[in-house]
Amino acid sequence: MAEEHKEIDALTGTATTGHEWDGLRELNTPLPRWWLWLFYITIVWSVGYWIVYPAWPLLTSSTQGVFGWHTRSAVVEDLDSLKRQRGPMMEKLTTASLAEIAADQQLLDFARAQGRVAFADNCAPCHGAGGGGSKGYPNLNDDDWLWGGKLADIEQTIRHGARAGDEKGRQGNMPAFGRDNILKPGEISAVADYVRSLSGLPVEPGADLALGKKVFADNCAACHGAEGKGNREFGSPNLTDKIWFYGPDKTTIVQGIQNGRGGVMPAWNGRLSEPIIKALTVYVYSFGGGEK
Amino acid sequence: MTAQARMISLDQPAANARALTHLVAEAEVGEVPPDDDIPLYAPRRNIYPQSVHGRFRTIKWAVLVITLAIYYLLPFVRWDRGPNAPSQAVLIDFPNRRFYFFFIEIWPQEVYYLTGLLILAAIVLFLMNAVAGRIWCGYLCPQTVWTDLFFAIERLVEGDRREHMQRDARKWTAGTYARKGVKHFLWLMVAWWTGGAWVLYFADAPTLVKDLATGQAPLIAYAWIGILTLTTYLLAGHMREQVCLYMCPWPRIQAALTDEFALNVTYRYDRGEPRCSAKKAEQLRVQKQPAGDCVDCLQCVHVCPTGVDIRGGANLGCIQCGLCIDACDTVMRKLGRATGLIAYDTDLNIKRRIEGKPAFYKLVRTRTALYAAIIAIVGGIMIYTLATRDSEGISVIHDRNPMYVRLSDGALRNGYTIRIVNKQLKYRDFIVSVDGLPSTLVDFVGLPPRADGRQLVSVGPDQTKEVRVVVTDYSNTAPAPSTSILFRLIDIDSGEIAEMRDHFFGP
Repeated sequence: MAEEHKEIDALTGTATTGHEWDGLRELNTPLPRWWLWLFYITIVWSVGYWIVYPAWPLLTSSTQGVFGWHTRSAVVEDLDSLKRQRGPMMEKLTTASLAEIAADQQLLDFARAQGRVAFADNCAPCHGAGGGGSKGYPNLNDDDWLWGGKLADIEQTIRHGARAGDEKGRQGNMPAFGRDNILKPGEISAVADYVRSLSGLPVEPGADLALGKKVFADNCAACHGAEGKGNREFGSPNLTDKIWFYGPDKTTIVQGIQNGRGGVMPAWNGRLSEPIIKALTVYVYSFGGGEK
Repeated sequence: MTAQARMISLDQPAANARALTHLVAEAEVGEVPPDDDIPLYAPRRNIYPQSVHGRFRTIKWAVLVITLAIYYLLPFVRWDRGPNAPSQAVLIDFPNRRFYFFFIEIWPQEVYYLTGLLILAAIVLFLMNAVAGRIWCGYLCPQTVWTDLFFAIERLVEGDRREHMQRDARKWTAGTYARKGVKHFLWLMVAWWTGGAWVLYFADAPTLVKDLATGQAPLIAYAWIGILTLTTYLLAGHMREQVCLYMCPWPRIQAALTDEFALNVTYRYDRGEPRCSAKKAEQLRVQKQPAGDCVDCLQCVHVCPTGVDIRGGANLGCIQCGLCIDACDTVMRKLGRATGLIAYDTDLNIKRRIEGKPAFYKLVRTRTALYAAIIAIVGGIMIYTLATRDSEGISVIHDRNPMYVRLSDGALRNGYTIRIVNKQLKYRDFIVSVDGLPSTLVDFVGLPPRADGRQLVSVGPDQTKEVRVVVTDYSNTAPAPSTSILFRLIDIDSGEIAEMRDHFFGP
């Protein structure tokens, strides 16, 4: 302590630090001993910390610490312990059939929980967080299924995809009737109006529904059925219900007939593990639209 | 010293400051360091409280025995709740997120009862303070109770104040070290038992005791026993009054909350000054000069667990345990003088007695009435809500995506995740219905209907169950963007009902 710091405050009798701000002087009040000791202990503690844990940055890495602890290995350990924890249920999920999973409440709950996470990771980008779908990506909550809504149907679609180059995948395209000069613009307009009339939607005034019906029977009925009820063999939508894959307005329908449609669902076989595909199946089924 | 202190007028701070500082320092640390040799830390004066007998000491022993008996033995009290719940009367079950207190079971979402308890605890503390100052500090505070126990052990091993001080002052012999070793060992044993009892509140006590003894208990149990052994040993054995003086916020809050009517341990200086020996007082009285009843025997200071001289007036260090009253009364009885030279009293009464007016104590005051009213209201609300709370509950979360689903026949459907709570200790079957839409169907996803066609949700004892529900509106009315609907959960056996409002969305 420098000599000038020995100044004693008259009121309290305590030494001051010698610092003065606008006439206010700071008292040099002694610290409690326990506080000082705690302070020293923390310093010693930090030295121990440097030794046992990764601490000092080096040029390309850092000191590793004698405990060999690392955030990365800690995560790996956590994941491993999680895998061990889930092991028996995962195994059960791998060997059980879809019907068995549906019948076992505990296994079903586990599968749905797994499916929820897998869905968010893999499916939500196209189908939406809750499977609500969007234009060109089917809503998985409703009761209208392009390729079938039974557990086995859903599993096959997830496993092999649609139009994804998988041999067992769902196949079937909507041809580009306009672009490939199969239908003339007038015919396309007429059949679009006819398709709208199938589900009771209003048609444009002066629409030639007779022509539309004829064009439909000649070109569309092969896949969509004579009554337009669709065919799951080809993934061709039911045109008579209230659910529209791309949209019910005439422009969208004309676009589809003109250029064709053929959305792709990836094949997840091999990309996702066996139990996860099953988990996804029962999860998607549980959205509420699953068929018995 | 105190007489001097009372003469110092605070109106002339500069002139008296040095004298006051030295007096305060002397009172607190015993000796005053020279100004040019201020240490880096404030040294602590060892306190050797002397044993004492009397009314308040007896009360303190009784409180000590009762509170410690409750603390150490309560985990072993059994309470039969049937096969689906633990049979420990008081249990904080963290893994299953339940708190059991005899006939009460608290779920995590009912933690507001804890808030209520904390409010009650605070206001009861305020009320105690308004009635008789720091009686919490003096009798009931765990710091006081355990420190008292540790003092007792210290006196048992190292002897009473005089013997202990003399031995400490002499050159330490092997005997001294042996006594200190035994004392610290006994302290650690008590501290260890204290930490051990603590963890028993968090698991089935008999099982945990067995597991602890055989090394089968979880690491966290050993860790907590270690931590609490250490804190008990440090706080009750070594830090003692320093906890009250430096660490505890209550003395500061108490000082701000108190009023002139609250009873405090008070030296009744109205019984005369100066303090002098009985013989000198006799002579002074013969000469018609004033003489006090206090013989300056310092017994009140020697028995004080925080090292306070109560004759200096109200003091932050005083925990108002009343031991000085016992000590003083003993001396006064021996001298044949009236007891109560130190007593639970108020400064107001001292002044009144000096003025010749009768002393009085006013129990019913605005603040005591207000505190009592708050306690009654909060306690009443808690008891009422506890007695009338439902044993079932339903919470509903609407699907975020999609908000609604159009079915192929045009009907609208909304999806919900509902959680059904069963707080009873048996299986219960529920049905769920929805009010507010003209024509609805409520469907539990993946739950097969029973023989009678109804869909029942069975929820296990003391459990919750999450189910997905889809509600379909088949009415052909134009859908509103949002319709308020009411989910109703009905126990099919007892008919008990829980309700939750939510929305049904449309385009």
